[in-house]
Amino acid sequence: MTAFLEQVSIWSIPVLVACVSLYAIIKKVPVYTAFTQGAKDGFSTAVMIIPYLTAMLCAIGMFRACGAMDFICDLLAPLTNLIGLPGSVLPMGIMRSFSGGAAEGLMSDILATYGTQSLEGRIASVALGSTETTFYVVAVYFGSVGVSNTRHSIAAGLLGDLASLIAAAVIVNVMWF
Amino acid sequence: MMNYIWVGLVVIATVVGGFTGTMEAVMNNIVDFAQTAVDICLGLIGIMTFFCGLMNVMEKAGLCEKLGNLIAPVMRKLFPEVPSDHPAQSAMALYFAANILGIGNAATPFGLKAMQELQTLNPTKGIATNAQCMLMAISTTSITLIPVTAIGLRAAVQTEGAAEIIAPVIIATTISTIVGVTCTIIFEKLPRWKWENIIEKEIAAGTLEINENYIGDKPIVLPEGYKSVNDKNNTVAF
Repeated sequence: MTAFLEQVSIWSIPVLVACVSLYAIIKKVPVYTAFTQGAKDGFSTAVMIIPYLTAMLCAIGMFRACGAMDFICDLLAPLTNLIGLPGSVLPMGIMRSFSGGAAEGLMSDILATYGTQSLEGRIASVALGSTETTFYVVAVYFGSVGVSNTRHSIAAGLLGDLASLIAAAVIVNVMWF
Repeated sequence: MMNYIWVGLVVIATVVGGFTGTMEAVMNNIVDFAQTAVDICLGLIGIMTFFCGLMNVMEKAGLCEKLGNLIAPVMRKLFPEVPSDHPAQSAMALYFAANILGIGNAATPFGLKAMQELQTLNPTKGIATNAQCMLMAISTTSITLIPVTAIGLRAAVQTEGAAEIIAPVIIATTISTIVGVTCTIIFEKLPRWKWENIIEKEIAAGTLEINENYIGDKPIVLPEGYKSVNDKNNTVAF
């Protein structure tokens, strides 16, 4: 099954590119010209994100290094035990909303410490796989159009993250433990 | 909101770092993460350029329109303010399709394009519309069917059972997306976040900026004698 799914991931983009190009040429679209014309936008969009991403990542980096994250987790541990969520998964659950890379680092740490098929390992995997990095997504997408008042986006995104963490804990406990 | 979060993170980190003696690590992370941010963006240029090119080919071939038609019924419910023939519809359709396929970073250019298209329907320069917030709700809660990264990290430790999380992930991500979308529908009506209320407040404060590239049919009419406090060419603060 894993092999099959890996193949799906590997094949999907090349097949998409080939099918689109073929379809377009049949439709008499000047594929090469159209491609290079559209590609021009890619550069400016990627460069435009730099200030927003730098601002966000630096603040997160500082917060991570000072140890405040661990303190918050200790504080919340009694609450998380109610839904069968081990305290050791919480830093990853919180980091998930801020930085994808950091959450992936923390999850690798959990997997190596407790094993991939442990309660901790499974909850961390499901939580990581079922949501996106809210702050990163909001910063990048709204940053790219210059929107500064994001209204309820962060609140809704964070509640979604919380829902996925709770769901992960409950589902894993029901399925395997 | 972002202003407070940013200041909060930075100040807490510095104060806590000072008390716990981790100031050196805090300092080092500023430099490291600034570099990381630029690396990510520079790394994005290549794939971004490629997919913007591919996207243009799809558009010219009329594929976006076809895909858009396919999921139009759902889109109309979620994005009532976006006309069904608007380019934002097809950009979002492609973005969601890429997300579902789990091609991760490859979906980003589609998403950015969708956001830019939605911005043409935004009468203001800096205030997110309901449609933009809905797009964000769906992206931040993820709609992937194959959690590629999570499976990859698991397989790196132990191959056996690496993919066993797919079913729970599909259930969990469905729940999180439903929660995110529901919250968005409720939150956009709350006095604190209601579009009309924010516009009113900004007009009163003189901070409202009109989007010159707005192409919709309901532009904001500024009251007579309206004076913006941002007359000098301000850069947009996030």
